[in-house]
Parts: sequence; structure tokens; C-alpha cells
Amino acid sequence: MPRKEKAIELYRQMLRIRHFEEKVYEMYGQNLVPGTIHLYVGQEAIAVGVCANLRKDDYITSTHRGHGHCIAKGADLRKVMAEILGKKTGYCKGKGGSMHIADFSIGMLGATAVVGAGIPIAVGAGLSIKLRGTNQVVACFFGDGASNQGTFHEGINMAAIWSLPVVFICENNLYAMGTRQSMVMKIEKIADRAAAYGIPGVAVDGNDVLAVYEATYEAVNRARQGGGPTLLECRTYRHKGHSRFDPATYRPQAEVEEWLRKDPILRFEAKLREMRLLTEREAEELEREATLAVDAAVKFAVESPYPAPEEALENVYAE
Amino acid sequence: MRELTYRDALREALREEMLRDETVFLLGEDIGRYWGGAFKVTKGLAEEFGDDRVRDTPISESAIVGAAVGAAITGMRPVAEIMFGDLSALAMDQICNQAAKICYMFGGQTKVPLVVRTPFGAGVNIASHHSQSLEAWFMHTPGLLVAVPSTPFDAKGLLKTAIRGSNPVMFFEHKLLYPVKGEVPDENYTIPFGLADVKLEGEDATIFATLHMVQKALAAAQELRKQGTSVEVIDPRTLVPLDSKAIAKSVKKTGRIVIVTEDSKTAGTSAEIAAIIAEEALDYLDAPIRRVAEPDAPIPFSPSLEQYVIPDEKAIIRAVKEVV
Repeated sequence: MPRKEKAIELYRQMLRIRHFEEKVYEMYGQNLVPGTIHLYVGQEAIAVGVCANLRKDDYITSTHRGHGHCIAKGADLRKVMAEILGKKTGYCKGKGGSMHIADFSIGMLGATAVVGAGIPIAVGAGLSIKLRGTNQVVACFFGDGASNQGTFHEGINMAAIWSLPVVFICENNLYAMGTRQSMVMKIEKIADRAAAYGIPGVAVDGNDVLAVYEATYEAVNRARQGGGPTLLECRTYRHKGHSRFDPATYRPQAEVEEWLRKDPILRFEAKLREMRLLTEREAEELEREATLAVDAAVKFAVESPYPAPEEALENVYAE
Repeated sequence: MRELTYRDALREALREEMLRDETVFLLGEDIGRYWGGAFKVTKGLAEEFGDDRVRDTPISESAIVGAAVGAAITGMRPVAEIMFGDLSALAMDQICNQAAKICYMFGGQTKVPLVVRTPFGAGVNIASHHSQSLEAWFMHTPGLLVAVPSTPFDAKGLLKTAIRGSNPVMFFEHKLLYPVKGEVPDENYTIPFGLADVKLEGEDATIFATLHMVQKALAAAQELRKQGTSVEVIDPRTLVPLDSKAIAKSVKKTGRIVIVTEDSKTAGTSAEIAAIIAEEALDYLDAPIRRVAEPDAPIPFSPSLEQYVIPDEKAIIRAVKEVV
């Protein structure tokens, strides 16, 4: 169990992500968000539990469901929201949108929307760390669906043979779009695949932020000390559909309700209250703080200009 | 001036850049001390720079290029080798969706200083999976640069520029060129991208050619000269960026153009060059644009079949005679 300040910080970060995502959902309904969105609601404990173990100069790679990863790594909510709205003041000047947010100043190497494509890139960042001789680490986020891609096998094998400082975090939310895990793999625990690469595979309750935190703590320490990669499977559930217009009718109602009861934020709040680390007033204050931060991000994003059309042709090549 | 083979010129470029900049490193299948690369381009480099910087990899093309991308965006300058150009298909997502788009998608926050070296070309009887020329795939992907050196001098100068640059470069070598010798000066030099080279000056017709076809074009030009036709041979050296001004200038001078490339004809390199000439210099043309390219078929195995599909001097001469 981390110290009180750290525990409260985990809670605070999860709340920020939840409020942010609920606001994005609401704004999408108001036609303020172009394109589509893949929300992180329900999975907050993973990004937060992992990133709480990372330094600013550590790297992460992310996916199409990446808002939570950015926020947990320390991104500016205003610039994340502006990017989601396609504004010039967004992290990527409106060129990336919801599925391609990056902030290189905090080691957030970007979200790729090709499922599994971030895995070899994270391996390359790990190789770079090894060649440069620093003690940074890489946390590579991907989903259960990505673990069936060839890049999963190629990338993790490569990281294993070279003992690279990469923690592979499989967020198993049980469905790849509408495809249930049992339809596309014979095993239950994706962490078991680690054995094929000769590295540790650890499965934890992804809705328990402390379990994620502690498993990552061990994996990050091992990586930082030259002990090589770990495959960490975090079992979780997305509260919403795959993307904005997915009503997720492929999931049994009883299953949804069971997982809603396992909401990572409600669970952690109850635990903190039970351990007397959080009073009702403190909880209210944190809620208020998260709401204010998200409101400020929305105000900034909404008031920001769109990029000039001709900026579409900038940044195709680096100077 | 001293002469080097194309292979040795490439190796010298790699070696000089590795000495100059410690962030430069090589990775690929069998490029290390046990083999030195399928075509021996990296032979001896692992012994000099160590196995960390000349890194043998598993047979995992997607992870080779992906790892190069990840290293490139975190401060390194990787040079990845894909053993045969055809196998770049295995790394297509990392090349075309990741390397090519990262600078753009992320609003210019990062650059991707990455070189992918790979050999193209038919003529050594290794059939459909080891012989194709695929420049057009990558010309069609904004965000990539494409180099196609035809001489040892160009190979060295362009590779050094590619390694020092800020963008992903697809660096295409031709397997029949590796043993070919040419002049390479002792002193340090680089060749900028987007600067065509007139390999032979002439008056009556222009031949545009790349990679191994430059040699065939020069041989054809020599034969044509005996028959009284003066041909100019222009080599773009890089297809992206393309020195379209130099091509248009040559066409405006001669009024006739034959485009010779080894890739297949439909939507190939030659189609793009023809379109540019039609846009930039149509009024100067005294004859229709002619293309000499591979027919739209996979590269076959049997020598008699393979020779049939590779453009040869006779085909080039025939095409020039049609336009003069």
C-alpha cells in the first residue's frame, strides 16, 4: 500500500480521467467532437496504476483508446481536449485527433490506431534506452485484441532476447470490438503467453488500482535494473461500447452490471474511506477539482481556433 | 581517382557515419559478424563497432522496422536492413502507417530519422519473392523519401545524406549493382536529395532511368551514338523528392523522352514520370512519351522467362528509335 499522499494521487488521477471521458461523451452527443471516440471509462485504474510508477522521462506508447494514458502520464487536459476537438492548440495541432495524441515533452510517444502497432515501437524505444545507456523504462499499452497480432509476438520476443526495459501492459477488457476473447483465443490468461518468450507474465485485477500499481512497481524496477521485460495483463471492462455509436448489445446485461459494480473508482474510494485515508469532504473536494479542471479544458478547447486549412500540408516532412 | 564497388561504397558510408555519430546503428537479419548481410554490405562492421551497433535480429521484419521507428523517435539514427525488397511487404504497416505518418500525425512534435535499406531487382534467378522492384509503393506514401542510387558514387553520397536527415528514407539498392565498380573520391562528400544527375549529355532524345536501368540506358546510348543518334541519360537519384525541373529541362532540350524503369508498368514509377512530363513539358514534345518497363507479371524463375520480362538494351534502343 503506497503512502496516503500517493494513494490520494491515484484516486485524483482516476477521477480526472473519468470526468474528462464523461465530458467527451457528452460533447460528442452535442456534435462538438468530429469523427469517433473510444472512451477509457472503466479502465482508469490501469493507466493510473501504471503511470504512477513512471518518471517524467520514462516513455509510454498508447492506442486508439488512449485519452487515459495521456492524462495519467501527465498531459495537459486542455491540449488533449483541444486535439480531440480538432483545434490548432491541440497537442498535434489538430492533425491527430482522439486516436493520435502524443506529448513528447513527457515521454508520451504517441497513440497509434493500428491495433498492435505500438508494440514494436515501444521495443525500439527500449532498444534506444539500452544503446544510450540511460535507466529509463517504457510502458507499452495495448488491448486483448492486439495480443493476436503478429507484432505482439515479434515485438515481445525481440524485447525478451535483448532484455529491454519494456513493460508490456495488456488491458484485457474481454472484447476486441464485438469479439469476445473466448472466440479468438484458446487460453484465458493472456499473461500465460509470456512463457513463450521466457519472460515473467503477471495477471492482475485491472479494476484494482493498487494491484496494478504493485505489479507495475515490480515490473518497472526489474526493467530499470536491467532485468528485462514483463508481460502484465490487467483484466478490466469498458463501461461504454467500443466506439461512440456502439451500443455493445453483444455483452450480456448481467455481465455489464457485474462489472459496473466492480467500478475501479467506486472500489478505491470505498477502500480509502474504509482505511480512513479519505473523508467525505476530501472526496467532494477532489470531485470538484476534477470537474473544474475538465471545465477549464473544455473552455480552452472550445474557444481555440481551428487550424487554417492550408496547415494540412505542414509537417508531412520534418525540417 | 580510386574505384570502389557499389557494395564497398555503401559500407564506407555506413562506417563513416557510425564513426561520425554514435547514435547511428544498424539492425537487420544476418547483418552481423557471422554473415555480414545477405549481400555482404555490412561485412566487417560488427567486428569494428560491436554487436550492439550492428545488431542481428530475429526474422521479424515488422519488429525490425518498428524498433527502428521507436529508436528514431527517441534520439537514435537507426539504419534497418530488409534482406530483400519484396520482404518490405512484411513491414508495410510500420513503414507506411507509422514511420511515414508519425511526424505529421503528431503535429511535427518529433522527427523520424530512419533509413530502411533493401535490395530490389531481377536478373539472378531467385524468382517471385526475391526479385521485384517496388519503388512505386513508397513513392505513393507521403512522408517517406525514396533513394535509388545507380553508381557507387551516388550510393555513398546519398546514403550519408539519408542517415544524417530527419525523415524516413527508403533506400533502394539493386542486387546486380553490388559488384559494379565506379569512381569514389577519398574526401568526404554527400549528395543532396532531389538533385538529378545527367549521366550522359545528348541532343536527340532523353532517357530517364533508375538503378540498374541506368547502366542499360548508357549501353543503349553508346550503341545509338554509333548509329548517329545522340541520347541524353538522366538519373533522378531520388524519386522522392524528385528533381522534376531537371527532367523537364532535358525534355525541353531534346523534345523526346523514353522512360526506363525496372518496376512493372501499371501505376509504376514510369507512370508518374510520364504524368509529370505531360504536365510540365507537353508543348515541347516532338513525339509521344515512351515507357520501357517490366510487363505486369510477377518475376518468373527460369532464366529464359526472367530475361523476357526485364527491360533490356534492345527494348530501350527500339523505344528511342520510335521517337526520333
